[in-house]
Amino acid sequence: MDMMKRVPISEQDAKVRATNFEEVCLGYTEDEAVEEAGRCLNCKNPMCVSGCPVSINIPAFIEQVKNRNFEKAYEIISESSSLPAVCGRVCPQESQCEGKCIRGVKGEAVAIGKLERFVADWAAKNNVKPQPAKEKLGKKVAVIGSGPAGLTCAGDLAKLGYDVTIFEALHEAGGVLVYGIPEFRLPKEKVVAKEVENVKALGVKIETNVIIGKSVTIDELMEEEGFEAVFIGSGAGLPRFMGIPGENANGVFSANEYLTRNNLMKAFKEYATPIHTGKKVVVVGGGNVAMDAARTALRLGAEVHIVYRRSEAELPARVEEVHHAKEEGVIFNLLTNPTEILVNEEGWVKGIRVIKMELGEPDASGRRRPVEIPGSEFEVEADTVIMSLGTSPNPLITSTTKGLEANKKKCIVAEEENGQTSKEGVFAGGDAVTGAATVILAMGAGKAAAKGIHEYLMKK
Amino acid sequence: MYQIVKSEKLNANIYLMVVKAPRVAKHCLPGQFLIVKMDEEGERIPLTICDYDREAETITIVFQPVGASTEAMTALKAGDCFMDVVGPLGNPSELVTDDLEETKKKKILFVAGGVGTAPVYPQVKWLHEHGIDADVIVGAKTKDLIILEKEMEAVAGNLYITTDDGSYGRSGMVTKVIEDLVAEGKQYDVCVSIGPMIMMKFCCLTTKKFNIPTIVSMNPIMVDGTGMCGACRLSVGDEIKFACVDGPEFDGHLVNFDEAMKRQQMYKTQEGRALLKLREGDTHHGGCGHCGGDK
Repeated sequence: MDMMKRVPISEQDAKVRATNFEEVCLGYTEDEAVEEAGRCLNCKNPMCVSGCPVSINIPAFIEQVKNRNFEKAYEIISESSSLPAVCGRVCPQESQCEGKCIRGVKGEAVAIGKLERFVADWAAKNNVKPQPAKEKLGKKVAVIGSGPAGLTCAGDLAKLGYDVTIFEALHEAGGVLVYGIPEFRLPKEKVVAKEVENVKALGVKIETNVIIGKSVTIDELMEEEGFEAVFIGSGAGLPRFMGIPGENANGVFSANEYLTRNNLMKAFKEYATPIHTGKKVVVVGGGNVAMDAARTALRLGAEVHIVYRRSEAELPARVEEVHHAKEEGVIFNLLTNPTEILVNEEGWVKGIRVIKMELGEPDASGRRRPVEIPGSEFEVEADTVIMSLGTSPNPLITSTTKGLEANKKKCIVAEEENGQTSKEGVFAGGDAVTGAATVILAMGAGKAAAKGIHEYLMKK
Repeated sequence: MYQIVKSEKLNANIYLMVVKAPRVAKHCLPGQFLIVKMDEEGERIPLTICDYDREAETITIVFQPVGASTEAMTALKAGDCFMDVVGPLGNPSELVTDDLEETKKKKILFVAGGVGTAPVYPQVKWLHEHGIDADVIVGAKTKDLIILEKEMEAVAGNLYITTDDGSYGRSGMVTKVIEDLVAEGKQYDVCVSIGPMIMMKFCCLTTKKFNIPTIVSMNPIMVDGTGMCGACRLSVGDEIKFACVDGPEFDGHLVNFDEAMKRQQMYKTQEGRALLKLREGDTHHGGCGHCGGDK
């Protein structure tokens, strides 16, 4: 075998998968995983670990895969991560662990993410669960939100012996893993529900249908319900719109709405919640969420166009997602920006007016700023437009909690190393603090906050 | 699970349920809403909270079936459960949160239409309990569709009932009653109008003529009800507002009702289709022109 190249992984054929919601990537077999693990150089000073926001001991778990000791490999990963089956699927490994892999200098990096996924799936299949703490500390901690940050923080605190309750606003636990990321990228029953079960197996309680700030406030949790510390991992859920004419027409959706109807409410499974599929769908935006919305619309039967104002090099989505979207038949209209949504007499979308863009000088983000080309406007026919322009944190918690500081962008202000906020005993992390980012960064923040909460409660 | 303590059919098409939901009952105030989800496959359905009992830890909802999901809800009896109840959502009515002494100085008129009588009730009741008697207009198409008359009578200052067909109370639309009351010399500092969007629209056109500031409670399509999806967005003046987190109550003179009504129809065809299937049950194999059963 060529040690410079990674062991290929099987995927569903693009034509077939474009019509179903089954997972795209099929994962390694045992033999393939062992072979790929054999490519790891087991570096003395492993750069990959420093690239991992939760510092998984990567060479150690890969060593165990190489030795076919998969249970031990799972134990090693579980020391650092509560959601390996999720991370193995949705982490941007190419810019984290794999981006630092020495193998990657001359050839292809070790497929760390795919190996992590293999180990987690093996554990689920063989019913290996993380072990709850032997000694309980008798102290209650509340975790707000059951997304990646909340689940990680809760899992780590439970392992330390805390009595943890997660409060979730929606009817199902998982946060963005359930409402946002689609089934074909992250299976809900097979992967997310299993990971949630694993966190529960550590002794964590989950109360759904509780909106902090409305159903109960943080002050009440601490003063009346006996919680000694609180972690806020409520995410960034408020969708942005462009503010262009026609945006309130029927057939214009936020990516959040489109994905929530499909993923959380399971419209694709013919549950009661309807979804307007559309025949010709335009998705505005170039991030991972835009790719998810586009590939969902495609699977529901539409012709799908991505409209993005910069060029391919600036697409914020992962390369793998862009590649998959193209393979499946999503059409990319790059260097194009909407100026108006065209509406028919009944109030429905009939098209979208766009303008051509060119790239100018780099802006604050370091990317070249897109500039309109005068007189280059044209119309594109569409019956559905999905706006995927990013999200911002919900101000509900900051506006109902005394002494909790937020910045101008409505993000909660928290210390990076321990999640401490301006309010004593209250910690925060994930998108609620940073604004919309990735699953693994939220997990890293949840982990740091768990450590911060432990230090705080040990001193108290 | 959230148990239904009481289930009652108020008239041919309006249902009342009292549901055990401790966290909602403890915190809710008039003007707020909640979301119920019947079972695993059900929709999240937003409903205004129509009454609450903090000691019994219950809330009251009143609804009229408009789609397949609310139609299915009508079969629930006392002892049955909703799988999910979440709330309270949205902001309480300003009349409840404003300075009480200021509110006491105001002459308040409520205008309720049809099933909208139910969300008006807790506001009038709250004001009554705080020493404020408001005038209330209740309108419906016909006598049989008037609900909560006795309850409202007990808490309202003056209660004016009107039916479109004149079968009970006054005759004509609620807007005619507003005009009549003003003509009789009544003066109001604020009007709260809750009912079908078309009624709220015309109510606002009428009160605008008389310069009566008017609050409306909007009930657009929603999915999560927590600010996440934006399905419930409305144009209010120059701004886009989310009914779920910015409302549900807004300045009625600024709301773009025509746009809101178009948005509310969005799922009409699909809902209609689901309703047809449900009504016909196993016998449904086409005819609606959409489901493919004709093939």
